[in-house]
Amino acid sequence: MGGSQSDRAHKFQHLSDKTGFSIDQINSLHKRFMSLTENEGVLRREHLDNIINLAVNPIRRQITGAFFDKRNLGQNEDGYLQEIEFEDFLTILAFFTPPKQGTSEEEKQNIKKEKLRFLFNMHDTDNDGFITLDEYKRLVEELLSSNETIETETAKAISDAAMLEVASVTMGQMGPDEYYEGITFAHFQKILKGIQIETKMNINFWNLDTIRVQCGKSK
Amino acid sequence: STSVGFYLWRTVFILCLVNPLMQGLNGEESHHHHKETNITGLQIVKFQWHHVEAPYLVILWVLVAGVAKLSVIELNHHVTSVIPESGMLIIIGFILGGIVWAADMQQTFKLTPTNFFYYLLPQIILDASYFMPNKLFFRNLGSILIYAIVGTCWNAAAVGLSLWGCYEAGAMGHMDIGLLQFLLFGSLISAVDPVAVIAVFEEVHVNEVLFILVFGESLLNDGVTVVLYNVFEAFVTLGGPRINATEIFNGIVSFFVVAFGGSFLGILFAVLLCLLTRRTKNIQIIEAGFIFVVGYLSYLTAEMFSLSAILSITFCGVCCQKYINANMVEKSVTTVRHAMKLLANGSETIIFVFLGITAIDKAIWVWNTGFIILTLIFVFIYRIIGVFFLTWILNKFRLVPIEVIDQVVMSYGGLRGAVAYGLAAMLDEDRIKEKNVMISTTLIVVYFTVILQGISMKPLVQWLKVKRAAHSDLKLVEKLNNRAFDHILAAVEDICGRIGDNWWTRGWNRFEEKYISWLLMKPKARKNRDYLFSIFHKLNLEDAINYVSEGERQGSLAFVRSEQAANIDFKKQFDSEFADMMPDMNYEMGIENISVTSIVKDSIPSVCLDIHGQDRKKSVDDFNAHHLLQQHLYRSRKHHRHKYSRSHFSINQSEDEMQEIFQRTMRSRLESFKSAKMSVNPAKKIKHYRKEQTHMMANGHAKSADYLYEVEAGIENPAFMPDMDTTTQSPPWLTETEMDTVVAPSQRAQRRLPWTPNRLRRLAPMRISNSSTDSFLMADVFITEEEPAQKDQTKM
Repeated sequence: MGGSQSDRAHKFQHLSDKTGFSIDQINSLHKRFMSLTENEGVLRREHLDNIINLAVNPIRRQITGAFFDKRNLGQNEDGYLQEIEFEDFLTILAFFTPPKQGTSEEEKQNIKKEKLRFLFNMHDTDNDGFITLDEYKRLVEELLSSNETIETETAKAISDAAMLEVASVTMGQMGPDEYYEGITFAHFQKILKGIQIETKMNINFWNLDTIRVQCGKSK
Repeated sequence: STSVGFYLWRTVFILCLVNPLMQGLNGEESHHHHKETNITGLQIVKFQWHHVEAPYLVILWVLVAGVAKLSVIELNHHVTSVIPESGMLIIIGFILGGIVWAADMQQTFKLTPTNFFYYLLPQIILDASYFMPNKLFFRNLGSILIYAIVGTCWNAAAVGLSLWGCYEAGAMGHMDIGLLQFLLFGSLISAVDPVAVIAVFEEVHVNEVLFILVFGESLLNDGVTVVLYNVFEAFVTLGGPRINATEIFNGIVSFFVVAFGGSFLGILFAVLLCLLTRRTKNIQIIEAGFIFVVGYLSYLTAEMFSLSAILSITFCGVCCQKYINANMVEKSVTTVRHAMKLLANGSETIIFVFLGITAIDKAIWVWNTGFIILTLIFVFIYRIIGVFFLTWILNKFRLVPIEVIDQVVMSYGGLRGAVAYGLAAMLDEDRIKEKNVMISTTLIVVYFTVILQGISMKPLVQWLKVKRAAHSDLKLVEKLNNRAFDHILAAVEDICGRIGDNWWTRGWNRFEEKYISWLLMKPKARKNRDYLFSIFHKLNLEDAINYVSEGERQGSLAFVRSEQAANIDFKKQFDSEFADMMPDMNYEMGIENISVTSIVKDSIPSVCLDIHGQDRKKSVDDFNAHHLLQQHLYRSRKHHRHKYSRSHFSINQSEDEMQEIFQRTMRSRLESFKSAKMSVNPAKKIKHYRKEQTHMMANGHAKSADYLYEVEAGIENPAFMPDMDTTTQSPPWLTETEMDTVVAPSQRAQRRLPWTPNRLRRLAPMRISNSSTDSFLMADVFITEEEPAQKDQTKM
């Protein structure tokens, strides 16, 4: 930080080309980034934990994890970073932009694949390439955690049923020797191909509201 | 086609019989009055046509309409896939109208506006709104409103003005008509009709966004149509000179009053309905009736206040569906669904048949070629222009733009229907001298859109490769992902600090959960309303139904053993709980004659097989079937990676849990029913049984290698206790074909032994004993208590 105006403009331009956001959007996001990180310029998990509304989100753990996941940031290794910079912040957020009108069908497929990959990484926390039953179960439990009357067993049963579905859809009849390791990315794609990911997993970024700067501090 | 002919002739026959009869009877009435005065003796039987005339005719026509629908369905597949049902019904209406005309020389039966608007239309709208996909509807509400309001106004103005322009240019010959009347006509012809849209689109299955846009527009544009119609009719009455700015301003204000007033009234009635159903715990049989009564009331009340009746009943249905579905018992929900569909279907059939019949009436036809052709052209063109222009604007604001192809279908799908005809028939002929011209034109437009555009819609959709609706959306995985999505999007929005759609949705959801559900839902229903859970529950029930019906089919039933004697005394239970449902069951005939599935489907089975009994101890009544099934059907199985040794068996501590392929195992299980019955004595108590079994299993297995356990099916029979003398028998679940492959416990068999103490699934062999207190094997053992123990082990 602290560069001159032209410097920053240059940097933003570069970011804009890379991520597809417009300069205005980058400006607002930058302001937001700064307020979240309390002007430090690098984002850590604690900063995200400070957001009040996020605290009631059942799957915040995975989402915050996704921001620091090296796989999403284009690096080939596993694991998580401790802190990220603005550029990385934007890269993650870029997963949520809709494809522009006029992108070719092939590009749309690519975008769809990237978004699905993002989701897959979110589920596959140990990064072994499979979403195992345990990981899925944890997800389901968290999703249902808001409803107290549902016991953990139900959550287990639901995740079992879901895995069963996946298995039957992707593997069909399994021979006696096989057992189901977990959902691979290919299977994931297959199950979710009915969902129009490129249209559903989007956030309208053109109307960023930076009034809520104060919500960075929690009680 | 013989059946077509048959049905057709039957209808013709009925009519031909009835008509002269009625003519004769009408004549006879006068006779009767004469006869009254000089009765000579007691008449044993009298023919009292005049007593029953009115309701008789109504019912007869309903019957005729029903038969007409039957014949349409029975028609050769080729015909029905080309011409939509509604088109066929209109054609049948033509034929019937022709018959009546031939008999009477006048059209005694018509579609009168009163009948249409008060008795035939409300149930269709109620049905549409009750089944409306709410989430989709509200997400696209902005676009829908734009199309409904701006689009309809544009259509009305454009068509009216253009027609007037052409009239002034002399294209229509001489008519006694003015600008205001043209505008009036434009407003009644511009409304997209919900009945026609449903009728045509339901056979086409376009993608859901497209459907909801067209359909939502057809419902909501009533607000505009009513206002425009009333305003212009008032203007016509007032006469040209009296219209000034005040009146126009009044017109605009009336729009807001009518539209919002109608919607608000609908919401009010929805609240009333929910509160009513909240209280019906003890009188469940009448629950299902409330929605019809209150819905109709909302329609009539709005009509009474000259607000938009269609909007009122729409919002009543839309707002109440979630709560009454939660409040009513499942039986009532099913009743409501079926009754709605029945009424709506019936009404739709009658409407289309009568639209056909009404045409055969010399009195109304005034053929003005110019008027008709120009109307057709203008309606078509302005619809296209309107849709494309509005979509262009909307796409700037929408997250997901509407594609060109969808826009084409949207413009082509702007169908006019009975509502337009009803409005035209309601015109006052004294003020509107050319009423017959308008009626004729409206009828032609309706026929054109319903028949011709209906026929060409399907090929058009296919030719343009419109995105079709995705089916089978009940996949649990997809639902889970959708749910996760919402949270993810909400979280990212929070991180960006943005107040977006999701913020509003979340805020609304929270508000709704806290206050509205608290007010309108039964407390018990509130607890069970988690969305994922309900999907899961549904799936479980489905599987259970399949399970049981498969078992039935194979000629056996699985019995659950409860601690209290497994007393299968159907008669007693049936009598008390289902007496009204199955009064004539002859229980002595045997269980085969009772369709268990019908019971299971309808409610949590408190009767069959005492499955329920086991869970009665817990006081979670609604959870029972689910709980049972959850434990039985969806357990995962631990997969043991065994050391490849015959004698040494150890439970893999760090295993991955595995899923069974349920259907596969099911099938093999069910096949096992055919095999020999077992003579095993089951354990007395379930819990006890389990624990016992655990120990024994561990021991037994380690001990000996003589047990034949079919691995492929993944089924264990824990009843095969090592201490019982069944070691030499082959397990009943082995299918015939597999018998030879698993004879001795080979290395392979050992290795694949899913010998989990906890995760054994098995199906009881069928044994229906004569004595009711005989012990029946438990269908599935599930070991909930063991799990935590197991879990602890694995967590090491």
